[in-house]
Amino acid sequence: MALELSNISELLELAKSGDRRSLSRLLSELAESDKTTVPRPDSIWTLGVTGPPGSGKSTLIGRLAKHWVDRGESVAILALDPTSPISGGSFLADRIRMEGSDLGERVFVRSIASGNNPGGISPQIWPMCYSLALCGWTRIVIETVGTGQSEFRIAALADRLLLVDGPDRGDIIQAEKAGIIELADVIAVNKSDHPGAALAAQEIRNSLKLSDGDQREVLLVSALEGSGIEKLVDAIESCESNDGRNIIVTREMLISEWDSLLVSHPEIDQTIVKLSNNSITIEEAINSLMKSILHGRLQND
Amino acid sequence: MRVVIAKPGLDGHDRGAKVIARALRDGGHDVIYTGLRKTPSDIVRIVNDEDAEVLGISTLSGAHDSLIPKICDGLREGEMGNVIVFAGGIIPDRDLELLYKSGVRAVFGPGTPTSEVLGFLSEALQRKKANVPIGVGDDLGWHWN
Repeated sequence: MALELSNISELLELAKSGDRRSLSRLLSELAESDKTTVPRPDSIWTLGVTGPPGSGKSTLIGRLAKHWVDRGESVAILALDPTSPISGGSFLADRIRMEGSDLGERVFVRSIASGNNPGGISPQIWPMCYSLALCGWTRIVIETVGTGQSEFRIAALADRLLLVDGPDRGDIIQAEKAGIIELADVIAVNKSDHPGAALAAQEIRNSLKLSDGDQREVLLVSALEGSGIEKLVDAIESCESNDGRNIIVTREMLISEWDSLLVSHPEIDQTIVKLSNNSITIEEAINSLMKSILHGRLQND
Repeated sequence: MRVVIAKPGLDGHDRGAKVIARALRDGGHDVIYTGLRKTPSDIVRIVNDEDAEVLGISTLSGAHDSLIPKICDGLREGEMGNVIVFAGGIIPDRDLELLYKSGVRAVFGPGTPTSEVLGFLSEALQRKKANVPIGVGDDLGWHWN
């Protein structure tokens, strides 16, 4: 049920006047429609939070939210959880870890099923973030699904990126591998109340030192006990937007849009079936999908 | 559909809520679980922020007769009259009428097969599509059981 464009802007106006019901409806409309856009606000503050499943991202975000609310900020959290590849349903339970998030009107939590979007991020997250900023939410946090090493897409989304890791990250060679760790602005090792956390943090520090001039801090925190949170907030607030990241971010935006064109293609499922029983080659599949994507684009223009 | 499963009040038993949440997920719904011990106003705000179409309330403490009507009132006051509400847990037969009058459209007790809850949701969706009263703010009268 996509609303007319005029209704979207009406909802946006109502939401800007402080109507929480309209804001919530607006976010749903934006999540569903891939054609609607919202003007980019003059100022927007976003933080991406990523890290392996079970590292404590949601609990830590709850702590950060409480801290920001005490400082007078309004905190909006978009929490992504995986969609079941079998039933298409989802169980969105990030918000139960965010103890602070149900404390009042100054925190807004929206759970989002990742759907079949590559990297777990739908391009529609952008207009959702813009709307939240236009409506006066001064701290916007995007929590990814628990990621592996190659989930970079979140970096494209947020102005700054926090990587949360746990004490039980395996051996040091994990930290040497390329990936999300290169893009993170702030790295937090959570569960400092567990043995092994200090060692894990030290291993990451040692690994970062191998690159010249890498000044990033690796902070030890305990979301459970609330220790180290103040320092973490300071590190997040003080990290400057890095010009070198602009090109990575732009690249990821382009790839993200491109991937979403591919996975939302009406013939994707039958193409996969044909590929899996070897009736076409990968090259033929790509040619046929590209042709109809281009054709659709030309018709729209 | 987007479904919030809520645990209101001082009741720490959520096995039932989790079983329902899992069954609805496996039935293809997006399920948001609130966690334990939420107040009626917490639950109303969560339903708003998540823009849920359905709210399932699980209670085993005996306080359903006070908590559930408060939540239903909160939804109507918050312009969420189109939300479909169902309840589950330990709810004596003598209280069913009170809950139906508050806007609850189905009550599921212990031993209910999960397929029945899914059946209720697909019936509810059809009524919604056909513009037949089903929301907590619509004309009351119809209920599942």
